[in-house]
Amino acid sequence: MAGHQYRGSEIKDVDQFLKDAAGLETEREKEIGQHIGYRYDVNLVPDYSRITPFLKQYMEVMGWDDLNWLEDVHMGYEEGAPAVFDRNINGWVRVPDTIDLPDNQQDRDMIARELLIKFQMSDRHPLVNLRKAYMKF
Amino acid sequence: MASVSDAELKEMTQDERARALGMTTEQLTGQSMYIEFDPDATDRFTYPWAPEVDFNKRTEIDTDTMTSTEVNSKIRALMAEGYGTIVLKNPRGKHSLGVGILSRLNLIIEGSTGYFGVGLIDGPNVRISGRVGWSCAENMMSGTVMIEKNAGSTFGAAMRGGDLVCRGSVGSRTGIDQKGGTIIVGGDTGALSGFMMQRGRMVVCGNAGKNLGDSMYDGTIYVGGEIKSLGVDAVTAELTELDKAWLTRKLTQYGLMPDKGVDHFTKIVAGKQLWNYDNLEPNEKKLIL
Repeated sequence: MAGHQYRGSEIKDVDQFLKDAAGLETEREKEIGQHIGYRYDVNLVPDYSRITPFLKQYMEVMGWDDLNWLEDVHMGYEEGAPAVFDRNINGWVRVPDTIDLPDNQQDRDMIARELLIKFQMSDRHPLVNLRKAYMKF
Repeated sequence: MASVSDAELKEMTQDERARALGMTTEQLTGQSMYIEFDPDATDRFTYPWAPEVDFNKRTEIDTDTMTSTEVNSKIRALMAEGYGTIVLKNPRGKHSLGVGILSRLNLIIEGSTGYFGVGLIDGPNVRISGRVGWSCAENMMSGTVMIEKNAGSTFGAAMRGGDLVCRGSVGSRTGIDQKGGTIIVGGDTGALSGFMMQRGRMVVCGNAGKNLGDSMYDGTIYVGGEIKSLGVDAVTAELTELDKAWLTRKLTQYGLMPDKGVDHFTKIVAGKQLWNYDNLEPNEKKLIL
């Protein structure tokens, strides 16, 4: 895929880290028993021809002409499962098994963006209680 | 955890509130926090606590005799009343104007701001007709910031998301420690721009100063003019068709598209010879994400 690059070893196919959760490839990775680097291309810019109706609506509500901060959101792969990183809790949020994954990273990224919005804006997001605990009344 | 009402929370000290809501009972293990999505959750586009504002409801604040704290408090009060477009008049270079706005809003600043303007924002669209001082939009999370004239040093420092645009030129260390988002400079940028950049994108339509992208971990820098010198571990890369499409869209959006297009832009990425993530503990690596 154009713009798809990865340090240490090339991402061979979109399911690489679903099939091989450990992702140990180089000698150094095998030595330390830990994958080095990201499990997706952080520099992949979005293909706007693949944007979903929900994301279009989100852009309209926020008054933005593009995906704005969501341009940095991608579907990642942690411990062999698809997940999206939520910066507000500094953790991965697992993508439900009921969602069929498309065969390309761009469409997966759009799903990840949509799910992250739904999660961050919901009442069950950890930030809701965190805010109650530490906000100044 | 027992259910606690907002009224009860209001009577508590911060420490008591934290305990009542179970904040002190969890152990930090350094592991990933896995939470399942609820795909049936109600569609909403703003945080649950964000005020309902209407972009068509507009008001003005004459900030001439106000302190920065008074101005920022006034902005919050007006947002709580539903104002979605707020105009600040006579800012007179005050520091820290418009900081910490965490929801959608059109903020128009008629004049120039001082240091740390519109820092820590998450959502608003800001237009500044004058110049801005050091560290404009530092730690910005999302939204758009458009500056019509020039900006000082450390423009967009530690930025995490959104679009930060300066039509003029900016000082040194632009996007230092940038962790996401897009910085666009219509003119030139100074030395050490993109220093220790970790991800995100920077577009410079003019020239870049010495040591561009020094010690960058990741991210991408596009430069339309000349580069005085590259920093340690910053290398050129091929400008792909996807890059060109994204650049064209972004620059057109902000009225900064060069007459000759974007084919002449130089793309800079990290050579990744300085990466030392394998020396970090796994949880430390996650913090960088």
